[in-house]
Amino acid sequence: MDLQNKPTQGVQEYSPELRALLLDYTLQLADTSLILGHRLSEWCGHGPILEQDLAMANIALDLIGETRSLFQYAAELEGKGHTEDDLAYLRDAVEYKNPLLVEQPNGDFADTVLRQFLFDGFHFQLLQQLQNTSDKGLAGIAAKSFKEASYHLKWSSEWVIRLGDGTPESKSRIQKAIDNLWMYSGELFMMTDTEKQLAQQGILPDYAGLKEQWDAHVAKVFAEATLEVPQNVFMQKGGKTGRHSEHLGYILTELQYLQRSYPGLEW
Amino acid sequence: MTPEEKIWKLLEEVTDPEIPVLSILDLGVLRKVQVQEDGKVVVTITPTYSGCPAMNTIATDIKIKLLSEGYKDVKVDLQLSPAWTTDWLTPEGKQKLEDYGIAPPVEPNGDIHALFGRDTVVRCPLCKSENTKLISQFSSTSCKAHYQCLDCLEPFDYFKCLK
Repeated sequence: MDLQNKPTQGVQEYSPELRALLLDYTLQLADTSLILGHRLSEWCGHGPILEQDLAMANIALDLIGETRSLFQYAAELEGKGHTEDDLAYLRDAVEYKNPLLVEQPNGDFADTVLRQFLFDGFHFQLLQQLQNTSDKGLAGIAAKSFKEASYHLKWSSEWVIRLGDGTPESKSRIQKAIDNLWMYSGELFMMTDTEKQLAQQGILPDYAGLKEQWDAHVAKVFAEATLEVPQNVFMQKGGKTGRHSEHLGYILTELQYLQRSYPGLEW
Repeated sequence: MTPEEKIWKLLEEVTDPEIPVLSILDLGVLRKVQVQEDGKVVVTITPTYSGCPAMNTIATDIKIKLLSEGYKDVKVDLQLSPAWTTDWLTPEGKQKLEDYGIAPPVEPNGDIHALFGRDTVVRCPLCKSENTKLISQFSSTSCKAHYQCLDCLEPFDYFKCLK
C-alpha cells in the first residue's frame, strides 16, 4: 500500500530549456525553505519561553511543508524518477541554491528574529506575486504557502518592534543582529540568470517591485521599533549560485547524515 | 445512493487525528471521490497547512476504512490547489469545535494580511466571554493560535481563520 501521498501538480507543456529553468528555480525555492526551516527547528526545546519555542517550531513546520511540495514538484519537472528525499538528502552544498541569509547561525533570539524578519518580508511579497504566475505548479504551492507566510511576517515584525522598542538590553541585541545580518538581505533581490530568464518569460515578477514593497515594510517596522534602516551596506552574495558560507556544510552534515550513512533508509 | 455518495457517507467516520471530534467532511479536507469503471476508488484530499503532519494519517485511515468495507483498490491523492480555507469548515464542524473547547474561526475584522490590523474578537469556548487575549499566533498544532480568557482565566486554543 503506497502511503507516500504526493500532490500531483502536473507539469505543463514546456520546451526542455524552460523546463530546466523552472527546475533550477523550484530547487532554489525548496533549498531556501528547507535550510531556514532546519535552522528554526534547531530552536525546538531551546526557545526562550514555551510560546516562542512553539512559534518557531510551527514556522519551521510550515516551511518544511512548503519544501516538500516544492521538492515533489521539482522531481516531476526533472522527470528522472527521483523523490523529494533524493533531492533533499543527496545533493551537495554547491548544488544548494539558497541565499546566504537563511544559512546564517541562529545566534541569540534577536538574530533569529531578525533573520526571519528579513526573509519573511521577501517571502510574503514573492508568494503573493507567485500565486498568479502562469506556471500552475508554482502558483498552487504559492497560494498555499502565502496564507501561512502572512502569519510568519506578523510574528517576526512584532518581535522586531518588541525588541527594538523594549529594554536597553533587547535594543542592543536587535541592533547587533542588524549589524550582523543586514549585509545578507540584498541577495534576496539580486536576480540570478535563471530568475532573469523566467521573468522575461513572464513566469516570475521583476524583483525590483518586490524590493520596493519590502523596503516600505521594513521602514515602517523599524520606525515603530525605534531602529534605523542601515544605509550603504555592502551586500554579500553567492548562495543563490552555489557559493556558500561555511555554515551550510555543517547544516547538511547533520541534515543528510542518516541518508549518507544508510543509503535508501526509509521510515 | 450513487457509489460515490456511499463512499462519502462511509468517510464521515474518518476523523482528524489531532482534533478527533471533527470528521474529514466537517473539516473540508475531503474534496472529491471518484469510482472508476474498473472499481478503483480515487479519493482526493487537501491539506489544511502545508506541513500538517496529520495528512499521512488521514490518508492511511481513509484507505483502511475503505479496504475494510470491501473496496479492493483505493488511491488517495493529495491536492494543493485550490488551497484550503477555513470557509470549508462546515457549520456543524464549527459547533463541534466549540463544544470540544476550541474556539472556531471567526471572520477577521480587517484584512488578516495587514500587519497592524486589529485583532479579531475570539469568544471563550468555555464561558463564552468576549474578553479574551491573544497569547501567541502559534499553538499546539499549525492550525491553532493560543488565547486566554480574561474572565474565567482559562487558556484555550483558537482555530485560526485561514483565507
